Amino acid sequence: MTPPAGSLSFEFQGEALCALPSGALFWPGSGMLCASDLHLGKSNRMARRGGALLPPYETQSTLARLDADLTATAAKTVICLGDSFDDQSAEAELPEPERLWLLRLMAGRDWIWIAGNHDPAPLTLGGSHVMARTLGRITFRHIADPKTPQETGPEGSPMGEVSGHFHPKARLSGRARPCFLLDAQRLILPAFGTYTGGLWADDPALRPLFGANARAILTGARCLAIPMPKGPSG
Amino acid sequence: MLFPAGAAAYLCAMTTLPPPLTDWIAAQGWHLHPHQEAMLSAAGRPATLLIAPTGGGKTLAGFLPSLAELGMAPPAGLHTLYISPLKALTADIRRNLRRPIEGAGMAIRVEDRTGDTTYTQRRKQRADPPHIWLTTPESLALLLSYEDAPRIFGSLRRVIVDEIHALAESKRGDQLMLGLARLGQLAPGLRKVGLSATVEDPPALGRFFAPQGCALLEADPGPDPDISMLETQAPPPWAGGGGHYALPAILKEVARHRTTLIFHNTRAQAELFFHALWLQNTENLPIGIHHGSLSREQREKVEAAMVAGSLRAIVCTGSLDLGIDWGDVDLVIQVGAPKNVKRLVQRIGRANHHYNAPSKALLVPANRWEVIECTAALQAVQARTLDGEPRGPGPLDVLCQHILATAAAGPFDADQLYTEVRQAGPYADLDRASFDACLDFTATGGYALRAYDRWKRLMLRDGLWQLRDPRSAAVIRQNLGTIIDIETLKVRLKSRLGGTPLGEVEESFAATLTPGDTFLIGGQIVRYEGLRDMTVEVTRTPGRDPKVAVFNGTKFATSTLLAQRTLEIMNREDWPDLPRATAHWLGLQRQVSRLPEPGRLLIESFPQDGREHLVLYGFAGRNAQQTLGLLLTKRMEDQGLAPLGFVATDHATMIWGLEQTPDPAALLDPQTLQDGLENWLAGNAVMKRTFRFAAIIAGLIERAHQGRRKSGRQATFSSDILYDTLRRFDPDHLMLQITRDEAMRGMVDFGRIAEMLAQIGPRIDVQRLARLSPLSAPLFLERGRVPVEGVARERLMETEAARLMAEAGLE
Repeated sequence: MTPPAGSLSFEFQGEALCALPSGALFWPGSGMLCASDLHLGKSNRMARRGGALLPPYETQSTLARLDADLTATAAKTVICLGDSFDDQSAEAELPEPERLWLLRLMAGRDWIWIAGNHDPAPLTLGGSHVMARTLGRITFRHIADPKTPQETGPEGSPMGEVSGHFHPKARLSGRARPCFLLDAQRLILPAFGTYTGGLWADDPALRPLFGANARAILTGARCLAIPMPKGPSG
Repeated sequence: MLFPAGAAAYLCAMTTLPPPLTDWIAAQGWHLHPHQEAMLSAAGRPATLLIAPTGGGKTLAGFLPSLAELGMAPPAGLHTLYISPLKALTADIRRNLRRPIEGAGMAIRVEDRTGDTTYTQRRKQRADPPHIWLTTPESLALLLSYEDAPRIFGSLRRVIVDEIHALAESKRGDQLMLGLARLGQLAPGLRKVGLSATVEDPPALGRFFAPQGCALLEADPGPDPDISMLETQAPPPWAGGGGHYALPAILKEVARHRTTLIFHNTRAQAELFFHALWLQNTENLPIGIHHGSLSREQREKVEAAMVAGSLRAIVCTGSLDLGIDWGDVDLVIQVGAPKNVKRLVQRIGRANHHYNAPSKALLVPANRWEVIECTAALQAVQARTLDGEPRGPGPLDVLCQHILATAAAGPFDADQLYTEVRQAGPYADLDRASFDACLDFTATGGYALRAYDRWKRLMLRDGLWQLRDPRSAAVIRQNLGTIIDIETLKVRLKSRLGGTPLGEVEESFAATLTPGDTFLIGGQIVRYEGLRDMTVEVTRTPGRDPKVAVFNGTKFATSTLLAQRTLEIMNREDWPDLPRATAHWLGLQRQVSRLPEPGRLLIESFPQDGREHLVLYGFAGRNAQQTLGLLLTKRMEDQGLAPLGFVATDHATMIWGLEQTPDPAALLDPQTLQDGLENWLAGNAVMKRTFRFAAIIAGLIERAHQGRRKSGRQATFSSDILYDTLRRFDPDHLMLQITRDEAMRGMVDFGRIAEMLAQIGPRIDVQRLARLSPLSAPLFLERGRVPVEGVARERLMETEAARLMAEAGLE
């Protein structure tokens, strides 16, 4: 299976991985697709709290993009990296057509829900519900663990970590785009959900997590790699 | 506000004023103007619009009926509400009203209430309102959203709207008219007075203010103003703003007059000019500065110094445009082209409060282009022609906000609210379907495919609409108002101690900068170093051409009328009446390119700063030029010419991109120009900006509150996402209709462009130049640049990404 147009392949922990223009991560070697921070049901949560009544179409829009990536990659395993639902009630209030759509996507696939800070409890949907999952030399969890570079694998070299949570974004030529951030040990995914904002890649919360040669891969029509922005003092 | 006596005969009209007040006025040796008496005798009419030149004592005219009705010792309760567009104005009016009230020993409480009023004071006022309350449209909207609004306003007898001509130009006016309609319900028999400076169409303003019928009172406009262009030794520059070349001549004028107001079109220009003025102020003349971004304490200090007569000049912006009473101003200097004649006339009115003496004003064009514009403006003032766009019907985003605010005050009946809303001039012709669409939007979101059944914002209970969750009233109140601040960032020279502030740039502009970029701010070239604590840090780079020649241009669009006059002046054989430098500049344009002519279209094409530029001198007004920019960038994108953006002024459109356009005239074929237009327009940055503003006003997006930009938090997502989602899933949604209507007000329909092109026919003159022309230079300083999202943007991003990776030694 060739990755979708506009994707960017790169090596991480000795594996060939692929950043998709949608913001999802594809691992061709294990037929796995990973997407973070779907925030399904966000508009519903805002309305419930008495706030603005946003266009209630973000779940459809997010599922449509996930559906397209699954079709393009024919992935057999899916990891949702946490904050899949905007809160626990959002899952319960998921409208029927969208629940069925999600179930159709899950059918025949090994589907792993990782707990996030918005959806910490196990979901009622099928699939596995875990705090973290390790595949080969890579651990998938919601929030990057600052200690991970010290963890070592069986051969003594540091293990890799893939996470979400921060919704990183970066600027290039005056345009802001959601982005992946990575160095040799760590990879942070952009938010996949339609109604999600971003945190600048040079934010103090993100900078200490990465080494000197970190890169950002910007999403968009074509994924583009740039050095990870360091901010004015960097 | 009152004037030395001449004819004692006028005093007989004051019989309705309480005798102690009449006596006090007589003791001052003052008498009333005819229009002030007329207001007094018209006190019983439901609505009156008084049109008088600035300095004509029209504010007092508005208050006289209130003072007559209140008498010496009125009972407690709100009697008169005074609404002005400016906070500063309310403080000023309070000072001026207290003099006669205290002088005559009247027991009348006058207080103001604005965003600056303290919390304790505000609570006290709500419990026990003063007799005369001075406020702003935003504060009124807030007061009307409280549950106790009926109690507060029940006793109200009169309302005075000051500077209504200024309010009528924006959504603040639409909101205020809805507020007045509400007041009319809470206080039956309410009488309204509107006060306006000179306007082009008084009956239209009357219908805006009171569609049920409004009496018009026009005061004597007074003698012609004494206005001319300031002569300077140094010639104005080719391009650039600020007018710093004229500093010595301006200081000389300040020294020769008692008090001078020096107007600028932008705050940043005012700051820089003030700074430069001080450096040359060897005589140490006391000079102050006043504009809207200064802190309240600073503004008040300057206002007090001005009233005390201890300042010789004040550098200011539009915040002083509106009738603040500055006492002894005898000269007004306008730096930079006045952009429209109406504004110029209103500013001139600031000088000389002696009603029957001509006001004195000097124009200081900032560059040679503006010399021609100022010449055109002078001719227009002499011909007493004002300009202005007719206003459209009241916008629906403002109505949506009004419905939410009404619900915050308490349950309402839809039929009653519809009837009430139609009492407001801008909404007099509102149809029921549009009203219902707005009500549905506020209640359920108004979505076609999925309704919020469980989580509606408004519910219908026992025939009345009310908030589902009463706690949401607080959110609604926080989001009231129709003024949307454009996010700006401060620009500072980089230094360890926090360097000299140079001005502000729009956040969207700052976002386009990468370290090393040079740009022009306040006439100096600086290098972008980085962003720290939401401040743009720069260093000085003398003697280099700016890479990004933007910012700090003019804020106001010139009117179509001025554009036409400007074109006419340019087309003379020679220009003996223009300053020599300007005549020379026009001559140079004729030599290196050519001058635009009526009935023809001049197009210049040249490379500059690594980009290809195309300038079309249409002189068709900003709206038409902007539409042209959208149309042409679409054609260019289709043809692979990689446009990056454009900017439109009243006389020209400038487009820049990566490729030279081989045959610019061919782009203008009216047949192909319209292909695929709708989609292009819908995806454009102009539409997205319009959507954002309308969505904030209508309550779809909450305002970004101060202090939210904290580190370590994902910002709320962009309004562009909502816009794109609606376009995809719900293209007929009310918010998209509002956006289209609104954007179309800022553009012209395609028919008018086609008509213009048909008139020009084959008379298109294309000039290919080696670099920018004299006439195009000022366009590089214009604000309001519109980016084009297309192939060129992607190409730039790819190149930039590759460069950054190579620089960092990665891959």
